[in-house]
This record gives sequence, C-alpha cells and structure tokens, in this order.
Amino acid sequence: MRGPIVRLSPGLFLALLPAAATPSVVVPPAVAVDIADFAFGPAEIAVAPGTTIVWTNRDDIPHDVVAADAPRAFRSAPLDTDERFAFRFDREGRFPYYCSLHSRMQGVVVVR
Amino acid sequence: MDGNATGRRAALGCMAWAGAGLLWRVQGGVPRATLLGSAEAAGAGGGLAFVQVSDSHLGFANPPNPDPAGTYREAMALVRAGRGDAALMLHTGDVSHLSREPEFDVAWQIAGEAGLETHYVPGEHDVLVEEGRGFFARFTPRSALGAEPGRARGWYAFDQGGVHFVGLNNVQDLRPGGMGRLGAEQLAWLRDDLAGRAASQPVVVFAHVPLWTVHAPWGWGTDDAAEALALLRRFGSVTVLNGHIHQVMQKVEGQCAFHTARSTAFPQPAPGAAASPGPVRDVPPGRLRALLGITRVAEVRGESPLAVIDTPLGA
Repeated sequence: MRGPIVRLSPGLFLALLPAAATPSVVVPPAVAVDIADFAFGPAEIAVAPGTTIVWTNRDDIPHDVVAADAPRAFRSAPLDTDERFAFRFDREGRFPYYCSLHSRMQGVVVVR
Repeated sequence: MDGNATGRRAALGCMAWAGAGLLWRVQGGVPRATLLGSAEAAGAGGGLAFVQVSDSHLGFANPPNPDPAGTYREAMALVRAGRGDAALMLHTGDVSHLSREPEFDVAWQIAGEAGLETHYVPGEHDVLVEEGRGFFARFTPRSALGAEPGRARGWYAFDQGGVHFVGLNNVQDLRPGGMGRLGAEQLAWLRDDLAGRAASQPVVVFAHVPLWTVHAPWGWGTDDAAEALALLRRFGSVTVLNGHIHQVMQKVEGQCAFHTARSTAFPQPAPGAAASPGPVRDVPPGRLRALLGITRVAEVRGESPLAVIDTPLGA
C-alpha cells in the first residue's frame, strides 16, 4: 500500500475537495474518522481501495495516527486540536493503527 | 492496584485532590500525613531537600488554562519563595505541549527563575517530533550533565547529598495497546547502574508516566515497570516520583513509596471519573490554582523513604 501522505489544515481540506472536482479529474472518495475522548471513531472502518481517510483531532490534547505494522505505511505528524491527517488506501488489506502518544488508542482500516 | 476494586478504592481514598499541602512521612512502610505548616511538619527537615515540578505543558491554550506560562511562572515563584535549603529541582516531563522550540525556550527561561539546578526527564509531549532530539539536546545534554550515552535519550543517574537519583524515560517506542514502556536497553542500563551500590543508599527514581498502574484503561502505568522495581527491591529507601496524571496520588509497597505530582498547567480527572483523561475543562471560577502545584521532598536522615510535601499554587 502506498498512498500520498498529506497533512491538511482544516481550511485547506474544505477548499480542496470541491475545487478538485473538474470534469477531467475523478475525486477519490474521502471518509472521516474523528479522534475524540482519546478514541478513534469509528475504531474499525471498511473502505474500498482508493479511499482517502481523513482523521480530525477533536480533543484538547494532541494525538497522532501511526500504522502499527512494520514497515509503517503511514505516520502523521502530531495533530493539535482540529488538525487533520489524510491518507489514501490503494491496496486491499487490514491496516491496524494507534496513537503513539496514547498507545491504548487503537483503530483499524479494512480495505476490500 | 492492577484493576483490583479494593486497591482502586484505597488509591482513590488516599488522593489529595486539592486544598492544603500535606507532609508525607513514611516510617516502617506506614505513611503518615501532617498538615503543611504544622509544628510536626516543620520538624521533619534535615538531610537533602529538593523540589519536583511536572507537566508544565508550555503551548497548551485550551480551557481551563489559556496561560500555562503564567501558572508555570507562579509555580517557580512559589519554589523560589519556599525552596529553603532545597538543593535541586526535578521536572518529571511534559515540559512542552507540542515539542516546539519556542515552547522549550520559554520553559527553560521560566524554570531559571526558581534559582535551582534542574534535572529533566521527557514526557510524551516533549518527544513528538524527530524522536525527541530537540528536547534531549536542551534538557538532558551529555556535555553538561555527564557522559552516559543514555542522557541523549533521557535516562541517566547522578549522586547528590548521599542520594542516588535515577531519571528514566518511559514515553517512547510505546507498543500499540500498551502503556508506558522502559524497554530492554534502558532496563539493562539500570541493572548496571544499581549493581554494587550499597542497599543503604536512598534512591530517588523519577520518570514521567507512573511506574505503578494507576488506571490501565487510560494507560496510566508502565508495562515493564515490574522489572525496574525488582532491581530496586533490595534498597532500604526508594522513592518513585512521577507526573503525567496531573494529580497527587500515593502508594507504598514495601520499602518503595510512589508519588505523583500535580501539573502546573491543568488538572486531569480522577481515574475513571470522566469519559477520557483529557483536561478538566469546567473548573469552578477561581479554583484552578488549587488544582495545580509543586512538590517538595526532604530526605529525613535515619528514616525511610523520604518526606513529601505537595503545595497547590493557590487555595
């Protein structure tokens, strides 16, 4: 699985999706995962290949999003309140991840 | 504790959430508390005294504290005013909120106002980027503090006033689903460091995440702490000082006394008392400073472990 790792500011993210929807460009689907109360919600999510997942930190405390399996397919920068991290999942598979600051926080992306 | 209901009740019962400072004096493994400022507390001096501060979170800007630099400065003023014969200060991590250089800069300058030599260990908020190199270069430099290779990664030891101080890093390379972690390399170093030391020498261990399991569902513990504590078991006086949970908690196990300090920035809920361990946002007006504070530790000669006094920033 190799996807572009993009860290988006909230404003940039909102501006990107409609702007990219020109007739010649197919916008891949995007799915949101919230980080709130020290948990990923939903903790498990199933998506089709090519889907971009966008995590948004709703907590007052920074979190990150780190692939659990080596070699790590994705690792976000620390996300402060309301910051986002986007990653496109191109390959099928099961991709567990966690917050490296608060390692009890775990999630999984299933691509099929 | 380890999830045991009775242990959890006991731990909650010995929490000093707020209010007047307490002097903890432990004799024969039995802790006794006296009010700070009482004659009994005043008579407990002697030996080496030092101060612990924790979780200054420079860069935090949410309720209930939009100005953690201001409250950290107040904490340093309290240290300066009440330091007495204190010989040094320990900062048990989360100096910064987002590991940013300006946060480290301001924290460094404010800590200087205490007028005490200060020793640091990292919290998870200090090592968010570049594996913590910015924090280690400034706060645990090998050149200034000594030559041990572990200093560049936040673990080291030194002796002062007859006490052996051990700083540990349990906030990096955490395992998914786990809690704090020391790791095999650090544990091997600790084994070598303690080998050959007289069991009569008082030992003070300081690290960010508690080295005892305060509340596993919130990750408030250290997965491999038992291995470190086994190495310390033969010593007659062991005091373990931690931060991370932004509230005072105590536990005594054999010759080992565990203590967590308040934050100087914001309080966190009692274990399990909220949906998450995030900051307590709805602090009643005027009550924030009662939930922040500093800790003073005195080594009482001939007694063990050490006497610990927690002082809030305000009533």
